[in-house]
Amino acid sequence: MLCQNCQKKEATTHIKRVINGEATESHLCENCARELGFDGFFNDFSLSIPNIFSSFFKDSAFALAGGKSEHCEKCNSSFDDIIRTGMVGCADCYSRFFDRLLPSIQRIHGRAGHVGKTPLEYTKVEEKPAKQEKKELSTEEKIKKLEEEMQRAVELQNFEQAAALRDEIKALRAKEDK
Amino acid sequence: MKWYSNKGNDLDVVLSTRVRLARNLEEYPFPARLDSEGKQKVNKLLKDILLSTPCEEKLEYFDMKSFSKAQAVSLAEKHLISPEFAYDPEDRALILSENEDISIMLCEEDHARIQAILPGLAPREAYEKAAAFDRQLEENAKLAFDSKLGYLTQCPTNLGTGMRASVLLHLPALSGTAVSRLATTVAKLGMTLRPAFGDGNRAMGDIFQLSNQVTLGISEQAALQNLNSIALQIAEQEKQARTALLRDDAFIDKIWRSWGILKSAHMMSFGEFISLFSLVRLGAAEGILEIPLETLGRLLIEMQPATINADSNKDMTARERDVFRAQTVKAALE
Repeated sequence: MLCQNCQKKEATTHIKRVINGEATESHLCENCARELGFDGFFNDFSLSIPNIFSSFFKDSAFALAGGKSEHCEKCNSSFDDIIRTGMVGCADCYSRFFDRLLPSIQRIHGRAGHVGKTPLEYTKVEEKPAKQEKKELSTEEKIKKLEEEMQRAVELQNFEQAAALRDEIKALRAKEDK
Repeated sequence: MKWYSNKGNDLDVVLSTRVRLARNLEEYPFPARLDSEGKQKVNKLLKDILLSTPCEEKLEYFDMKSFSKAQAVSLAEKHLISPEFAYDPEDRALILSENEDISIMLCEEDHARIQAILPGLAPREAYEKAAAFDRQLEENAKLAFDSKLGYLTQCPTNLGTGMRASVLLHLPALSGTAVSRLATTVAKLGMTLRPAFGDGNRAMGDIFQLSNQVTLGISEQAALQNLNSIALQIAEQEKQARTALLRDDAFIDKIWRSWGILKSAHMMSFGEFISLFSLVRLGAAEGILEIPLETLGRLLIEMQPATINADSNKDMTARERDVFRAQTVKAALE
């Protein structure tokens, strides 16, 4: 089998990683394995946070395919810069490199999709006409969130909380059906 | 009066609660991509906005370069800034409230890191305190935000709410295998439990930090509620384990002996202090020793090496500090 990264040399290193329940496998040659940070067992243990994140990036299919050298117009970061440092350059980088960042973000956070608060400014400018649709979505999301919370409560054997959450979900479902 | 002189909820197990919000201005690149001039601009802009936040405490703005090394490290010891922020003061600034319950790092990893810290278990209250500054920012600046990814941060580990909420737990009865087991369990729930003092796996003083790990796909309220309920459950387990331990006279003897050393030693390193502290605090929390937990909480913060030098405004050597520490602890326990 040829190395998945350079497609030139014979793959000698087989890397299997399970992160947040998602298994990824890579077959790499010796050189590429070293370049991508898989040369030693203990590498992963002494990493600082940004490095951990950059190792997430290195693992992503895009990095393995060799990122093209596009640059962010605002801060001039390339995707390679982000991989190397584990730090994103500016707010625009997130939209510029969204597709390539997303798999890694999902690997860190499990699921992508912000459900927390929104800045006032943003609410004022963005969402007015789409309000109806947004409301429906949020009920669904709410149920999903509650279900996850309930699952956690069960795992923690906190059955009282789980029961309360179950009732809340029921009530939400009933409201939605109306 | 500093924040830690006040009483808090569930203080027998929970020492303090911290909530930190990461925020960035949309217009400027994140600090790692921002030149010195840009950082100075960002600091000035944020200073003008944040200093006018309605707040009971007096707020003050500091250029990090205005602090001595000891003062900067002391701020890190008190968990008001990150160690990294203390070591590199270049183009960085700090907004601090008089009682130190609010600290805002400017141009650390993000443009603004707003932190509120309170005694005991108080995630919601700490969040509300930090959120006041967040609102002030929102009303006066355009923040980096995306509807899918939430608040945009330099390191993607903080995307979403940009919120890290944590509690310091004193777990002398669970320390060891029980804590390792708990750490595995909470990891499954998107949280981390790790020693707060000491390096790596050595937990000095049996003090651990529980914090949320996941910031995307979970609301602030849900994350705070999770932290609160998991902290309470761990506290409950700790209390049960304490009850079992305290049935043993040999263990009670250890508590009294630790108290004896704290009250009579002439010299004491921070390492020795914190291990004796753990047993004495347990004794105080369980009504064996009559010492206010706030007094012990204050000692834990103020007896740290750089904080001793910073507070006394002296350039003490480690040896001189050890004498000073022993005397101060003795006096506090009188």
